[in-house]
Amino acid sequence: MTGKPSKVNDLSWMIGGPQGSGVDSSANAFARACAHGGLNVFGKREYYSNIKGEHSYFTVRAVTGTVRSHIDETHLLATFDAETAFRHIREVTDDGAIVYDSGLGKTKISGIPTIEHRLEDELKTYLIARGLGETLDDMLASAKQRGVTLVPIPYSDLLTQVADEFKVDALSKIARMINMLAVGASFGILRFDFDTIVKALDDVFRAKIAVVKMNASAARKAYDLAASLAPDFGYRLERMPRKEPRLFLSGSQATALGKLYGGLRVQTYYPITPASDESEFLESNEVLDLKMPEEADSEFVKEKGASVLVVQTEDEISSVTMACGAALTGARAATATSGPGFCLMMEGIGYSSINEIPLVITLYQRAGPSTGMPTRHEQGDLRFALHAGHGESPRILLASGDFEEMIRDGVHSLNFAERYQMPVIHLVDKALANNSGTIPVPDLSDLKIDRGSLVTQADGYSPENPYKRFDLRNGPISARAVIGQHGTLFWNTGDEHDEFGHITEDPGLRNLMMEKREAKLQLAAKEIPDPLKYHYFGPNDAETVIVSWGSTKGAILDALDRLHAEKQSVGFLQLRLLNPFPSEAVMAHLAKAKRRVDVEMNFSGQLGGLIRERTGVDCTHQVVKYNGRPMSSTEVYDAVLRIILGKAEKRTVLTLGA
Amino acid sequence: MALEEILKPQDYATEVHNDWCPGCGDFGILRTVQMALAELKLNPYRVAMVSGIGCSAKTVHYIKTYGVHTLHGRVLPVAQGVKLANPGLEVVAVGGDGDGMGIGGAHFVNAGRRNLDMLYILFDNGVYGLTKGQASPTLKLGVQTKSLAHPNINEAVNPIWLALAAGATWVGRGYSYDVKHLKDLIVQGIRHRGYAFLDVLQPCPTYNDINTKEWYGGEDRAETNGGRPLPRVYKLDGEGFDPVVHDSSEIELKASKALEKSLEWGDRIPIGVFYRNEHVSMYGDRIQQRIPTYFENPPAVQRIAGPHGEPLTDLTKLLGRLTIKPS
Repeated sequence: MTGKPSKVNDLSWMIGGPQGSGVDSSANAFARACAHGGLNVFGKREYYSNIKGEHSYFTVRAVTGTVRSHIDETHLLATFDAETAFRHIREVTDDGAIVYDSGLGKTKISGIPTIEHRLEDELKTYLIARGLGETLDDMLASAKQRGVTLVPIPYSDLLTQVADEFKVDALSKIARMINMLAVGASFGILRFDFDTIVKALDDVFRAKIAVVKMNASAARKAYDLAASLAPDFGYRLERMPRKEPRLFLSGSQATALGKLYGGLRVQTYYPITPASDESEFLESNEVLDLKMPEEADSEFVKEKGASVLVVQTEDEISSVTMACGAALTGARAATATSGPGFCLMMEGIGYSSINEIPLVITLYQRAGPSTGMPTRHEQGDLRFALHAGHGESPRILLASGDFEEMIRDGVHSLNFAERYQMPVIHLVDKALANNSGTIPVPDLSDLKIDRGSLVTQADGYSPENPYKRFDLRNGPISARAVIGQHGTLFWNTGDEHDEFGHITEDPGLRNLMMEKREAKLQLAAKEIPDPLKYHYFGPNDAETVIVSWGSTKGAILDALDRLHAEKQSVGFLQLRLLNPFPSEAVMAHLAKAKRRVDVEMNFSGQLGGLIRERTGVDCTHQVVKYNGRPMSSTEVYDAVLRIILGKAEKRTVLTLGA
Repeated sequence: MALEEILKPQDYATEVHNDWCPGCGDFGILRTVQMALAELKLNPYRVAMVSGIGCSAKTVHYIKTYGVHTLHGRVLPVAQGVKLANPGLEVVAVGGDGDGMGIGGAHFVNAGRRNLDMLYILFDNGVYGLTKGQASPTLKLGVQTKSLAHPNINEAVNPIWLALAAGATWVGRGYSYDVKHLKDLIVQGIRHRGYAFLDVLQPCPTYNDINTKEWYGGEDRAETNGGRPLPRVYKLDGEGFDPVVHDSSEIELKASKALEKSLEWGDRIPIGVFYRNEHVSMYGDRIQQRIPTYFENPPAVQRIAGPHGEPLTDLTKLLGRLTIKPS
């Protein structure tokens, strides 16, 4: 960090614990309380591929202004088990604090089976170097040595008090409430308005009054105790008055909302992390509300309810092909998956492409190859999504970088799929999916539904003038009929086909059909407006231009703010449309820059390679990360600054994150 | 409109050149499908024929309804996608035995679990024809058809048994050279309320030189029958077999009887209806429990945009739940 950090309303908070112990709900409550208090929040969730017992943690940034990413430092670490303290205490800043269970001091590192041997050795070495033993008390002492405030909370005593107050006969029944004690203690140290916590508990427990009351009472006890134990903590959260409502949502919800708004009516899926959340959200909200069109319309009155049908299939092959079947009837259809499932979808993508079936695949990238790290982050599927499938099958690739783009791209993907009658792969990832935070309620009024060229009854097909699904007469896009539409029989086949959709191996027709499909992609390149192709941030003549795609956007923008504040001449080209590739924009923004920095969450710098392939422009530097943990704005800032100062190698590998 | 009234089997035929081998059992199935569509007076614009890959999959190009020739093994997911999005359509799926029992095995099992209201016809000839005669999943262990280097090393799957285990609620078997009987089965299968599975014994004259038309017809057994062929194929209903589950208490009994019958092979091969159970809810009805307007306004016909392209999905309530109100 440069300069003195503002200690009011600029906080990085972390909570951790065993999976299944309520880490997520406590983080949710913390973040919501901050949001109710008028702050903006950004939450990041990290977890193992495990149901119960392994360590998971959640970081929440709470600030007055805009926040789009996490930082490396933790100012306040809230724990209720020993493992979290062992794992994360070194991330706490010297002026930070740790909330911990005062009954766990004697716990030894070697007594925690879920700590990997590699980390165990590292922690022991760390403690030995400081002349300390291997208990939690030793670990806490090491933190205290450098100034960290220790806040011991006797969780079990507090729970006993709650049990007495609410006449709960067994402590085990309320043991789970320990997480809200940690939240209460955190806010006590931060002196945040307690009312906001009650509001947050209302949200989290959905108005189950008794549960809210008990949790609020527990949180209050921890709040008061912690406030008395750390009266002078340097970081504070204060309420900020706000007039505008904001959304608090996760990326999975954002994409689902976008797809619903875009008229999605069938979603198929097979369970896979981290993509399933989106489908589950859709299924939970399958019955939809309708609104009147802008003009009164006699047909609309007849409309009987709206809904999205969510089908859990037997595998991803079924998901993608079932969605194709649904799309052939005119329903907007999509599926959502992650890398391993996407592998199984290849044949469906080719089928959709050759049959010109509108199909949307939302691809939540995660760390590969193979099963890789199922719950960890990566942007490793750009090349894969671009080329997935045999032969040459045109498709559109659109990558979102933040929550609002995820909502909007849900609509755009469905529109592109129908307008260009081809598969659209909407690229998102684990970080975007599991991040949560506040954003201004987006104004979506500019978004329209574009169904492309559809056959209408007025087209008057007859035996003399039969409908041709792949009519070659009027440019690359043929009017699309749907199954069940009178007068418009058509055929589909995975084979090359003639204008009716029957099999052909005629070399001339083959050329025409190949050219037709490719021409649609060129048309898309021409028609899709610039703001959907890319965003450019910063001065146009920047000496250093960062180029990236997807979820790195938040960390890069937050780093950019700091670099601009320090008068560095840096720009950022965020690519949104990755196929057809916006070569001109890339040339325009990159070619003249002195330093061109490719920032990506993968090993090889896939976008950098693509840029070279499509434009001949070489990035001078590469900043990559592939340890499964998303980039922090601190990491991006440090890496780019070193590049600007001429202190960096051509390739920087980022390695932080627990 | 009188269109449906005057339709004859030939009205369901396209002009596409048929490139099946002369004498192929597929012809019988194609013809009977067209006959069944005519008998049921189905409007071609309300029918989707969906197929997998292989010789059998070309069927849809020869039929004048919507025809979706899909990928190897994927006939059922695509067919179900069509039916789910527009339950008002009549959906008939056709595919080969390799397609359905081999590469599409998982789909076969899960289609049974759903019980959508549609018919799936399996073209069962024991070989992969279009790839030149390899053994398919329904070829019996030890049988050596003419392209095989060695006798078949795998045991055969029993489509009838598998369909019952998967949950198909109507299970039948036909023979492609008994056209009238097969047509009746197809009509019943289409009419059945739920997922109907029809196994059709369909000789491949080019690659299966064992289970031939002559073999099914029992021409090799003429000597024991006073010089007249003694067919191996016999009709279940001709022997008084009652496949119908009359009430739910009969499910176990009727399923057991069907399983028992499905094991017959060799000198006596039953055709007809093995099992019929309309006491299982259909997938569409299950959806309707959750989405009351599903049949009235299914996904395919819902309006999603106003006259100016304005989205008609109202997110107000959903966004409201995600909104943090001003403090």
